[in-house]
Amino acid sequence: MSMCSPNRLAYLKKRRRRTRMVRFCQFMILFLFIGLWEGLARVGVIDAFLMSQPSRVWRTVANFANNNLLNHIGVTLFETVAGFAIGVVLGILIAFILWYSNFLAKVSEPFLVVLNALPKIALGPIIIIWVGAGMQAVIVMALAISLVVTVMEMLNGFRNTDAELIKMARTFGASRLQTFIKITFPSNLHTLFNCLKINIGLTLVGVIAGEFLVSRAGLGYLIVYGGQVFQMDLVMTSVIILAVVAALLYRMVVFLEWVVMRAVKGN
Amino acid sequence: MREILRFCDVSLTYQAENGEVDALRDINFEVYEGELVSIIGPSGCGKTTLLSLIAGLEPPTNGEVIISGTPGYMLQKDNLLDWRTIRGNVLLGLEICGKKTPEGIRYVENLLKTYGLWEFRDNHPSQLSGGMRQRAALIRTLAVKPELLLLDEAFSALDYQTRLVVADDVFNILRREKKTSVIVTHDIAEGISMADRLIMLSKRPGKVQTNIPLKFEAANTTPLKRREDPAFREYFKMIWEGLDVHV
Repeated sequence: MSMCSPNRLAYLKKRRRRTRMVRFCQFMILFLFIGLWEGLARVGVIDAFLMSQPSRVWRTVANFANNNLLNHIGVTLFETVAGFAIGVVLGILIAFILWYSNFLAKVSEPFLVVLNALPKIALGPIIIIWVGAGMQAVIVMALAISLVVTVMEMLNGFRNTDAELIKMARTFGASRLQTFIKITFPSNLHTLFNCLKINIGLTLVGVIAGEFLVSRAGLGYLIVYGGQVFQMDLVMTSVIILAVVAALLYRMVVFLEWVVMRAVKGN
Repeated sequence: MREILRFCDVSLTYQAENGEVDALRDINFEVYEGELVSIIGPSGCGKTTLLSLIAGLEPPTNGEVIISGTPGYMLQKDNLLDWRTIRGNVLLGLEICGKKTPEGIRYVENLLKTYGLWEFRDNHPSQLSGGMRQRAALIRTLAVKPELLLLDEAFSALDYQTRLVVADDVFNILRREKKTSVIVTHDIAEGISMADRLIMLSKRPGKVQTNIPLKFEAANTTPLKRREDPAFREYFKMIWEGLDVHV
């Protein structure tokens, strides 16, 4: 550590204290919420049968060996990761094709706009009939929700690449494909990661919606099933696990961004 | 002297949505090996278009651009890619041309060493000063061994002091590497101080208005020194009157 002036030390101390205070408040809110929920359910102000209760959620989680919880989490995770990966690869590929051919981009523009505005959940029954009821329908549902957004975001990013950089590459005689590989794609890494962050959320929406419609496993299935048999413990547990899964997946994308950006930009 | 570039009755008309734009009309001039030619003219007279024609980025509507050898292009901004190191940046041209051979790499590494960027080879562009970045951009262009160098307002993104120094720097590198160059600028002083010959274009549609050799008392000096030469002021006055600038 280098020597710091007293003012600097005071400033750093103040900043650390502020960060600690923010963390403390966040934990307090969570703690109070859970505490209040548990307490009110115990004294009977709220009906634990309708609202469930933290201790019952915990019991459901702890009982994972018997209620197949891990299997359900695994299924949802698999569907999400599969839908996410296929969506990203396919989305970038389509965006690349539309970037490459201005004519195709112009032709497809109104269709993309309509597809983007269409609530993709409406395609559910069609998807089930076309690809069959099961995991594949859930993945296609997730794709339907995330793909158009990926294509439009990435295409927009590709198009807004600094024209001077492209001119520079062209002065060396770069082909359109070379321009894409050397200039357009790398200068859109930020667009890509912003897109991934939006996509991970959208893909989860698609997976849960898909599981609502058709499935025999997964957190979405558990939520619907729990609702039908009036087991609110199961519903609440699934929702809470889903929140944790969503947060973890998002953090993973952020981590990936950090790794890639560090590798690419040096420090 | 060998002729590197010749414009024969070159005209260029753009087709825009709201009509035709006559950018250049009946351009005729030659550039010989080893010459530094500056092209100046009022803004919008088609200077950059002229370079695009030489670089083959656009075809002329009429006439012919004859060029022997490959052109290298240096733009206003350095356009260094911030996701690449300096070494990666200066190798970009070779990669695109498919000439990233051991000899090519050695040549580029020598350029980096000669022009003081070797110790920064693993740095990223954001860690370099404006002048050094412009130097790196020049090395990226030189890497593909162009016979003719095109500089398009290559210094105008820099602040005034840096600009004078970098112009000197680039001039010395061009002389040392014996590169035939065409320098486009809107800065009359820069145009005069850097070149052996000066071509002035008229307002749109751009035509060659003046094409004169520049002679200074001291033969081998730098652009900065030339600005103090008595001939410099004469040329400046002549060009200024020819430009006929009104607000």
